[in-house]
Order: sequence, then structure tokens, then C-alpha cells
Amino acid sequence: MSARFEPGDVARKDNLLLMGFAAAVLTMPLWMQPFGAAYPDLLQRFAIFGIFAIGFNILFGLTGYLSFGHAAFLGVGSYTAVWAFKLLTVNVLPAIVFAMLVSGLFALAIGFVSLRRSGIYFSILTLAFAQMCYNLAYSVLTPITNGETSLQITRTDPRVLDTWISGASALIPATNLFGLEMKGYPGFYFCAALLIGAFYVAMRISRSPFGTMLRAIKSNQNRLNYTGVHTRPYALAAFVISGVYAGLAGGLLACTDPLAGAERMQWTASGEVVLMTILGGVGTLLGPFLGAVIIKFLENIFSAFNDQTLHSAFGFLPDGLENVVVQVTGLFVGEGWHLTLGALFMLLVIFLPGGVMEGVRRVGGLLQGLKAAPRAGVRRATPADSAASGE
Amino acid sequence: MDAAVLQLLNGLDKGGAYALIALGLTLIFGTLGVVNFAHGALFMIGGFCAVTTQKLLTLSKSVKDESVTFFDSYTKIPYLKLWWGETGERIIDYSVPLSILLAIPVMLLIGVAIERGLIRHFYRRTHADQILVTFGLAIVLQEIVKASFGANPIPMPAPAVVAGSAAVGSWIGLSDAVSYPWWRLVYFFFSVAVISAVFAFLRFTTFGMVVRAGMRDRETVGLFGIDIERRFTIVFGIAVVVAGLAGAMYTPILSPDYHMGMEFLVLSFVVVVVGGMGSLGGAVAAGFLLGILQSFASMNEVKSLIPGIDQIIIYLVAVAILLVRPRGLMGRAGVMET
Repeated sequence: MSARFEPGDVARKDNLLLMGFAAAVLTMPLWMQPFGAAYPDLLQRFAIFGIFAIGFNILFGLTGYLSFGHAAFLGVGSYTAVWAFKLLTVNVLPAIVFAMLVSGLFALAIGFVSLRRSGIYFSILTLAFAQMCYNLAYSVLTPITNGETSLQITRTDPRVLDTWISGASALIPATNLFGLEMKGYPGFYFCAALLIGAFYVAMRISRSPFGTMLRAIKSNQNRLNYTGVHTRPYALAAFVISGVYAGLAGGLLACTDPLAGAERMQWTASGEVVLMTILGGVGTLLGPFLGAVIIKFLENIFSAFNDQTLHSAFGFLPDGLENVVVQVTGLFVGEGWHLTLGALFMLLVIFLPGGVMEGVRRVGGLLQGLKAAPRAGVRRATPADSAASGE
Repeated sequence: MDAAVLQLLNGLDKGGAYALIALGLTLIFGTLGVVNFAHGALFMIGGFCAVTTQKLLTLSKSVKDESVTFFDSYTKIPYLKLWWGETGERIIDYSVPLSILLAIPVMLLIGVAIERGLIRHFYRRTHADQILVTFGLAIVLQEIVKASFGANPIPMPAPAVVAGSAAVGSWIGLSDAVSYPWWRLVYFFFSVAVISAVFAFLRFTTFGMVVRAGMRDRETVGLFGIDIERRFTIVFGIAVVVAGLAGAMYTPILSPDYHMGMEFLVLSFVVVVVGGMGSLGGAVAAGFLLGILQSFASMNEVKSLIPGIDQIIIYLVAVAILLVRPRGLMGRAGVMET
């Protein structure tokens, strides 16, 4: 943010941003229609992974700590939520509260140890912890995690609150919010409401003195230490907050589909959230959510393609050429959609380190420059600033 | 006692693979200052060099099978067998060791290409950017291999001469029952040989001296008018070759599939950190140490005491060491500390 704005100006802009964000999220079922993504299952994933990425951005984007183990908190959130369903009630509220609490405590423990080191050492420590959790969830903790078969709701669960209120039922109940089933659009709007709340909290954090402190840690931790600021509590707070966000996302995953498996905690899953944040724009408010939407959208679209759809798409080409084109594009879609992901990853880091948001800003700057040529120099400083803060 | 000896051997073996990958990683950290998350994928590509060698050696021709008289039947016979009979068959049998001949030039080429085309532009970028771009590269390499070789593990037999087990027990005065696969012994000695070669190269050649000087202080070496960049390209190539050789020779132990690199990548990063960033000796020592610890932790006696310890021992040790000795076992100050 440039100093040219008055504080009131920033607040007004933030309110506009929040309202715009809320409107865009809530109307997703409408404007996602032309992209073929307007079905609730996918929209739910957009919202959930949006929360995950927004939280991750508080640690990585604001504070500058690259964690490669955040999927562990997602997994812990999922397991906690399913256990809340099993033991207490299939109402989603307690499940989500517990998921956030437990993953927050978990993040406190891991962050307390990992944050003793910074830079690449921190990344490796978080990676080591996450791999530990993943391996334990698969093997020794089977009584809690149900190992490879994944944890799910069964008919024999106690569900204390449910039986106390409405008596035992023979059926396996669906997860609900006071009777409103978390399937389809109600599920999406529940996630969307939480996403907007998560966005609001992230925005307040980013604008607060605490957020400024996090940014200071990112830009030069040594200088802060020399001036007598003890930075670790701030970094730890950022770590725990991002862990709570991840736990919330994990809990929501369990709410929409009450199943928790260990593969959610694998380190490639941690890599995915890093990618989302980078793709959208590190350190920006909207970026991580955009990144999550783009990745989940691409995953959905590209992995659904098969040779048949490709043949019909390129049917207008002459036969020989058609086969070649289908062969080549076939590498990038369906089973091979990860190739697209990897290539996208590289292209982005090489050519657009600021992510989509920087692309938008560059285009915006270009347009501004066309409109008012003398101001181009002033405008051009903005992307450079954000690139500098990304280092 | 017998079991302990076996686990020690197992650990040396696994440690050999860890040490080789970690050695390459550390070379790249120490010289170029780049975090290479694609190193596991390069290990995997080395494994697929062995697969390719086998494919090349067994290129076959369809020949009419004379023993079937009732109808026409064709069998595929490798050209090598057609041309040279017994000798040809023996050559095919040695496809894994022979794959070294293919792996060295191919991996060197890949290494130089990656350094020139990609890594070079990331010297001045943040470690996060380096991690991300090499992570992307790793995914791309994996998917290319998956698209061309399929997703299933491809069994790679060791040469028939070393197919059986060695009666290790009788050599050192234990019971004869203690036996250990020959190929694993070969792999251990191979890894020791490669590690020694790399150390000798860095220790006794002028090139190595300059590289070591560059690891200490790159700018001063540059001020002497030495083209350190070009040398670093070669160092990167060497690191990639080491990873590739480790992968090619490991294939009889672990059938190569497209994601074999990822598991080794995480472990070898932990190895590097435990050994100390930028310390070649530390990487090798930590590789063997963690390999041995891991295989001892997978003994049934230990597992019954502390369930699941075999899965997490490496990470536990890594966390403990990082907290007690923040620079790892033999880490130098100032490497990768920002």
C-alpha cells in the first residue's frame, strides 16, 4: 500500500474489497456457469482450499516462512472433525470448533520447535514433522486414524449428543447444521460463509500492527532482533493462525464428506498449497484464493479429459495431424494433468513470480500508463515494490 | 547378534544410496547456493537409464518358432542373441552395470542443460523460488517418465553372477545362516567407490581445488580471474551424474517407478540437514548414520518396544540434531542460514 492513501481511504477500500469478495464468492454458482464449474462439489473445494491458502499466506506471504508441512494440520483437522462426528454429534459446528482448536494446539507444538530455525532449515523441519505425522497416521496411530482404510462414521458410533437429544437412529446420518444437510448448495454456502469470514480475519490481520510486525519479520529479522524486538512470539502466532486456518479447511473437508485419510497429510499436499499461494500472488489478500480456485479448477477440468473428448475437440483437423495433436495434448490432460501442474509451476516462478495478482497489476499499470502517460513512472514502482518484498 | 549384523549391512546399503544423493545435493548447495528439489527426480531418471539400457539390449526380432509345427508361431529373440548367441545373452544379463555407460553421458547432459537453462537464472532468487521451480521441474520429469515408461514398477534383475546370497556369516566367524544378497554388497562398495572418487576429484585435482575455494568464497575466486561459473556448471553436472549412478545401480534393489525419487528426496534432504549444509563429509557420514539407524529401528525387537519407530526414526533424529546442533553434525557457518 502506498503512503498516498489516507487511513480512512484504506478502510474504505478494504470495505469495498470485502464486499466485492463476498459478492463474488456468493454468486459463484452463477458466474462459474460458463466455465462448467458451477456444481456444488467443486465450488465447495474452491472455498475450502481457498481458506487453506489464505491461512498459509499469513505464514508464508506475510511472515516469509516457507512451511512444507502444512498438510499435516489439514489432516489433523479432518481427523478431529470425524472424531467429533463419531463421539458427539453429526452437527458440523462442534466438529469445526474442535478441528480448529486441536490443529491450533498441534501447530503451537510444532511451531514452537520448528521456529527455532529459519530459512531452509525451517522448511526441512516442517517437512520432517509432516512426514512423521503422515507415517504415524498410516501405521501406529491406526486406532485413532484407521490407517489405510480411512476414518469414517459408522452405525455403531456413540454420538452422545445425538442419542441424548433425539434418541438412537439405525441409519448412518448425514452431516448437518441443525438439520440442514451439508450436501450440495447448502454445504457450499456454509463453506462460502466461513471463507468470507476467513478472508475478513486475514484482512484485519494484514492491516493491523501485528500484520506490520509480520511483514517486518519477513523483510529483515536480524534488524528487528538488533533493535530489541523479540520476533519469535510473533512468528509463532502467525504459524498457529495459519495452522488454525488449515485445521478449519480440514474440518470442512470432513463436513462435506465425512472421511479422513492419511494421504491428505502427504508432503505433496503441502506442496499444493504452496503452489496455490504462489500462483495467486504471495502476500496479497485475494491471490491465495484465486490460486486455489485456479488449481482446483484446472485439476477438475484437465483430469476429466480423455482421448475421446480430445478427438472430438480436434475433430476439425485432418486425420494424421489430429492424431498427433491428440497424442501431444493427451500428455497434459487426464492422468497426466500433473505435467500441466509442474509446467505451470515452473513457468510461473520463472516469468511471473508475483503470481496472477502481479499479472493483473501489470496489466492495470499498462492501462493506467496508456491513459495518463506522465504517471507511468510512478505507477511502475508498484510491481517492483511487491517483487522486492517477495525476496 | 546375527540379526544385528544383517541390519548393519542393510543400513550400510540404504545409507549408501542416501549418502550418494545427499552428496550431490550438498555439492549443489555448497557451490551454487541452490536448493535442488529435483534431485530425487534425477535419481529416478538414473534408474530409468538402467531400464532404457535393458530395452536397448533386448531389442528383438520376430523369428518363426520352428518347434511349433501345427501352426505358424513367432517368438521374439533379441538381436544380440541372434548375432552372438551365448555371449549376447550374457551381455543382456549385465544390463544394470552396463547402464552406467549410458547414465554417465546422459546425466551429464541433463545436468548441464538444467544448469544452463534453468538453475543459472535462479542464483540470485530466494530459496523459496529455487525450491518451487525445482519442485515443478521434478513433477515435470516424473510425468514425462510416467508417460513414456508407464506407472508400474519395472523389475530389473541383477546379473546372474551376483544373483544369490553371500554367506557373510562364515566370513566373519558367525553362523553360516547369516547370508546377504550379493547385489546389495556390490551396491555398498559401488557407493563407497563413487564417494571416494568424488572426494579424490575435489581433493587432488586443480579443478577440485578451485571448486573448494569457490565453495568458501566465490567472489575472491572470481577476482583471481577464474571463470567460476563454468566450473560450477560442471560441478552441477557431476552432482547429477552421482545421483543418476546411484539410481541406476539401485534398480535391482528397488524396482524403478516414476515416483521412487520423491521418497528419497525427502530423506536425503533430512540427511543433508543432519550432516550440515555445505559439508560433503557431513552428508556422507549422516547418510550412513541415518541408513543404519533406520534399519536397526526396523528390527522386530525394537519395533515391539516402541511401535512405529522405524517410520519416524530419521525425522526424530533430524529434529533432535537440529535443535541441539543447529548447523548439523559438521555444518559450516554462513551456508544457507538466511
